[in-house]
Amino acid sequence: MATLQTRATARIMMSPAVILLFLWMIVPLVMTLYFSFLRYNLLMPGTEEYVGFLNYQYFLTDPAFFTALGNTLLLVGGTLLITVIGGILLAIVLDQPFWGQGIVRLLVIAPFFVMPTVSALVWKNMLMHPVNGLFAWIARSFGFQPVDWFAQVPLFSIILIVAWQWLPFATLILLTALQSLDGEQIEAAEMDGAGPISRFIYLVLPHLARAITVVILIQTIFLLSVFAEILVTTNGGPGLQTTNIAYLIYSQALLQFDVGGASAGGIVAVILANIVAFFLIRLIGKNLER
Amino acid sequence: MARSVTTQRKLIFTIIGWSIGFLIFFPILWTFLTSFKTEGTAVATPPQFLFFDWTLENYHEVQSRSDYGKHVMNSIVISVGSTLLGLVLAIPAAWAMAFSPTKHTKDILMWMLSTKMMPSVGVLVPLYLIFRDWGLLDSRLGLVAVLTMINLPIIVWMLYTYFKEIPGEILEAARMDGASLMKEIIYVLTPMAIPGIASTMLLNIILAWNEAFWTLNLTAANAAPLTAFIASYSSPEGLFWAKLSAASTMAIAPILIMGWFSQKQLVRGLTFGAVK
Amino acid sequence: MFKRTLLLGAVSVAAMVSFAHAETLTIATVNNGDMVRMQKLTEDFTKKNPDIQLEWVTLEENILRQRVTTDIATKGGQYDVMTIGTYEVPIWAKQGWLLPLDGLGADYDKADLLPSISDAVSVDGKLYASPFYGESAMVMYRKDLAEKAGVTIPEKPTWDQIADAAKKMTDKSTETYGICLRGKAGWGENMALLTATANSFGARWFDEKWTPQFDQPEWKKALTFYVDLMKEAGPAGASSNGFNENLALFQTGKCGIWIDATVAASFVTNPKESKVADKVGYALFPTGGVENHGNWLWAWNLGIPAGTKKAEAAQKFVSWATDKAYTELVASKEGWANVPPGTRTSLYANPEYQKAAPFAKITLEAMTAANTSKPTVKPVPYTGGQFVAIPEFQGLGTAVGQQFSAALAGSVTVDQALQSAQALTTREMTKGGYIK
Repeated sequence: MATLQTRATARIMMSPAVILLFLWMIVPLVMTLYFSFLRYNLLMPGTEEYVGFLNYQYFLTDPAFFTALGNTLLLVGGTLLITVIGGILLAIVLDQPFWGQGIVRLLVIAPFFVMPTVSALVWKNMLMHPVNGLFAWIARSFGFQPVDWFAQVPLFSIILIVAWQWLPFATLILLTALQSLDGEQIEAAEMDGAGPISRFIYLVLPHLARAITVVILIQTIFLLSVFAEILVTTNGGPGLQTTNIAYLIYSQALLQFDVGGASAGGIVAVILANIVAFFLIRLIGKNLER
Repeated sequence: MARSVTTQRKLIFTIIGWSIGFLIFFPILWTFLTSFKTEGTAVATPPQFLFFDWTLENYHEVQSRSDYGKHVMNSIVISVGSTLLGLVLAIPAAWAMAFSPTKHTKDILMWMLSTKMMPSVGVLVPLYLIFRDWGLLDSRLGLVAVLTMINLPIIVWMLYTYFKEIPGEILEAARMDGASLMKEIIYVLTPMAIPGIASTMLLNIILAWNEAFWTLNLTAANAAPLTAFIASYSSPEGLFWAKLSAASTMAIAPILIMGWFSQKQLVRGLTFGAVK
Repeated sequence: MFKRTLLLGAVSVAAMVSFAHAETLTIATVNNGDMVRMQKLTEDFTKKNPDIQLEWVTLEENILRQRVTTDIATKGGQYDVMTIGTYEVPIWAKQGWLLPLDGLGADYDKADLLPSISDAVSVDGKLYASPFYGESAMVMYRKDLAEKAGVTIPEKPTWDQIADAAKKMTDKSTETYGICLRGKAGWGENMALLTATANSFGARWFDEKWTPQFDQPEWKKALTFYVDLMKEAGPAGASSNGFNENLALFQTGKCGIWIDATVAASFVTNPKESKVADKVGYALFPTGGVENHGNWLWAWNLGIPAGTKKAEAAQKFVSWATDKAYTELVASKEGWANVPPGTRTSLYANPEYQKAAPFAKITLEAMTAANTSKPTVKPVPYTGGQFVAIPEFQGLGTAVGQQFSAALAGSVTVDQALQSAQALTTREMTKGGYIK
C-alpha cells in the first residue's frame, strides 16, 4: 500500500542518517586509501611520496599478519563461544524463581558498565598475577602450582577478560528471549514425558536461535576491534600469541607512527571485516527473516 | 495449571544464582575494596578481604589531583548529547525503514552496521587532521559528533526492530482518521515506541560512556571525559592499584548506578528484535 | 586625530592586558610521582605569575606518548608544554618541532645540568627540552638475603657474580626469587633492560651499515644468559612483568635482586610502601666481559612545541619547574627524599640530599657512566643507550621485545627468537630505507 508519496517521505526521513553515515564512512576511508599508497611516517615529515602497493605488500607479507588473523578469529570465536554458552546457562538460571533474583541480576549485568582498560588492569594485576594475584593465592591455598596466565595461556587469558565484559550483554538478550517462551508449550512437552535435556534441545534452543544470532552479530562487530585489553596486558606477546589485526594496526599507527602502513592495514581490515559481515548476513538472513 | 515450585528447588537455584552472581561481580567488588586499602596492603599476599585498615586516603589523593567534576560533566554531556543527537537522526530513519520497507532496507541496515567495522586506529590520523582544520580538537562538540556517528548504526537498528513490532493496522486506522504524518508520529507511534526508545537510549549512553579510543585521542584539557581521568591513574612508575581502584570506582559508579536504576527498561528493550 | 589615536592605543593596551590575563598554558605530562607533585605545587607558580593559568593533562605514559606525538606531528596545537623522553627530544628537535630553549632566564643555570643528561636533550649545543628528572639503571638487592645466602655483591658486579648470587638467594618454597628482571614485551619495558644488557655483553643493534646484528654471538650470549638465569632464579610470570610488577614483587619481599631504573630506589626505600625499606643495597649495572655498564639513560623533560603562540609564558613555566629553586621548593614542602632526581650536579653535592637518599652516590655514578653518544663497544651509526634513537625504534623494539618475551616464556627457543628478531628488523629497516 506504500504510495509514491509515502515512499518519497520515507526517503527524506532516512536521508539525514544515511547521508551522514555515508560521509562518516567515505571521507576517512578515501583519505585512508590515499595515505595507504604513500610513504608517510608522522615522525618524518617531508618524505611523503607515492609508493604504489608497497605498504600493502609489507603488511600482507608480514609474518605477523597471518598469526594475527588467526588470533583475531580465535579471539572472536572463543569469546563468542564462552558468552553464548555461558549466557544461555546463566539466562536459564536467572529465569528460575529464586530469592534475591533482582539483586543477582544487577550483579550479573555490572561488568558491562566497566571500561575495558580498567577491567584489563584489574584482571591482570589483581586477579591473574601469578605471584600477587588472587587466583595464584587460591591455587596455592589448595596446594596447586599457580597458573602463569599470560605466559602459559596468553590468548585464553585475554579471551577470558573480554568474555567477562560481554557475558552480561549476551545473558540479558538471551534472558529476554527466554522469558517470551511459551510456558504452556513446555508444560505440554513435560506432560508428554520429555526430559529436561530434550526439552532444552527441541524447544528452548530453537526459540533462542534468533537471540543467539543477534548476540553473535553485535558482539562480532565489537570484538573484531578489541585492542585496549591486549595493550594493557601483554603488548601482543609473548611472541605473537596475542597479536590480533587491530593490535597490529595499532602498532603501525601509534608505535611506528607509520601512517602509510597503518592505512594499508586499515583497508585490509575493512575488507576482512566485510568478508566476515558477508557471512554474518547470510547467517542472519536465515534467522532474522522468519 | 501453574508449575509448582518446590521450596527445595527454589533453594537450590538461590544458591546457584547467588554464587554465579557473586563470581561475576567479584572483580568489581575487589576493585571497590582495594580502593580503601593503602598501596602496600593492595599488593599484599595473602590478600586481605575485609579486615584491613580502611582508609579514604586514595579518594583524597584522587580528589586533590583531578577535577573529577569536570570529567564527569564531560562524560555526561558527551554520552547523553551523542545519544540524543543519534536518536534525532535515527528515529525518522528507523521509522521509514520499518513502515515503508523497500527491498533495499535490509541492505542499508547491514551497510550501516558494517561502518562500525572500520578499525578506529587506522583512521586516527585522517580524522585528527579534519578535526584540527575544523577546530574541533578538544571540544565536546567534536566528541559528540564522533560518538553519534559511531553509535548511530546500533541506534537505527535497535529502533528499527522495535518499530517493526508495532502493528501496521494501528497506523492505517490513524491515517483513515485523517491524521497527518506528524500527528501519526507524535500521538500514535511515540507512545508505543517509548520503551524501545528508552532502552536504546540507555544502551547507547553506556556504550558512549565507555568509549575509550576517540575520547582519549581527540581531547586534551577541556573536553576530556572519565576515560582520560582513568588514564591519569593507570600504570605510573610506582604502586598504583589502590589509587587506580579509587579512580575506577569513581568512574564506574555513575554509570553503574544509572544502569542499575534503569535496569528494567534496559532489559526490556535490550532485545535487538531478538524476540518475536 | 590625536585623540583618536590615543583612544585606539588605550583600547589596544586594554586588549593586550586582557589577553595577557587570559593566557592559559596546557601542559601534557606523565602520571609519575614527581610530575604529580609538580602539579600540586602549581600554586607557587601562579602566585609568581598571576597572568598565567595552568591546565594539566596527566596521562599514563603510553597514552601520553601517542597523544603528544600525534599532536606535534600534525601541528594540532593542543599543548603548550609537553613532557617527553630523551628518546623523543633528538628526533623531534631535528624535525624542527621543538622550540630551542634560550629564554629560560638567568637563574636556570644550564651548566649545573648533569653532562650526560644535558647531552641527551641537546642538539648541536642547543637545549631543546629541559630535564625534569633523570635516571640510569642499577642493581638493587636485599642485603639480608645476600647475607643469609652467604654472598657479597661488589659495587661493580659482573653478570656472573649476579647470577651466582641470585641462584643462591632463591628459595622457591618461601616464594623468594633470586632475581626479578623485566619480561613484558615493549620497547620501554623488556627491551630497555635487554638492550642495556646486550650493550654490557658487547652486542649492538646495528653495524655501521644498519645491518641488524641479532645473528651475532654477543646477542646470543646475552639472551641465553638472561633466559637461563630467569628460568632458574626468576619469579613465575616473568614474561609479563614490567617495571611496576617487579616493583610490587620487590617491595613485598619476593625478590633478592632487581636490576632496573634508578628511580626505583626511592620507592623501595619508602617505608610506607615497602616491606624491605631498610634492607636494600645498591650496585652498578653489571658488566658482561666488556667495559660497558649498559649505558642506560633516561630523563623526562619539558619541551615546548615550535608552533605555540605562548612561547614566553611556556618558557617561564619550564624554567620554574626545572630550576634549582624548584628543587628547594619540593624539599621544603615534601622533604629532600622527594625532590626530582638525576638532573643537576648541585643536588648530588648537597649533604642534606645525600643524607635523605642513601642511593644518591650510586645513582650519580651510574648516570655519569652512561654515554649516549657511544652506547656500545663496537661502532654503531646510532645514539641512544637502552634504546636506539631512530623513529622506527618504538615499533621495532616492541616487535623484537615480543620475540624475546616469548623466549622467556619458553614458547620459542633463544635461537628462534633471535632469528625472528633478525628477520623482522631487516624487513623494517629495508622498508624504512636504511638498508639499500
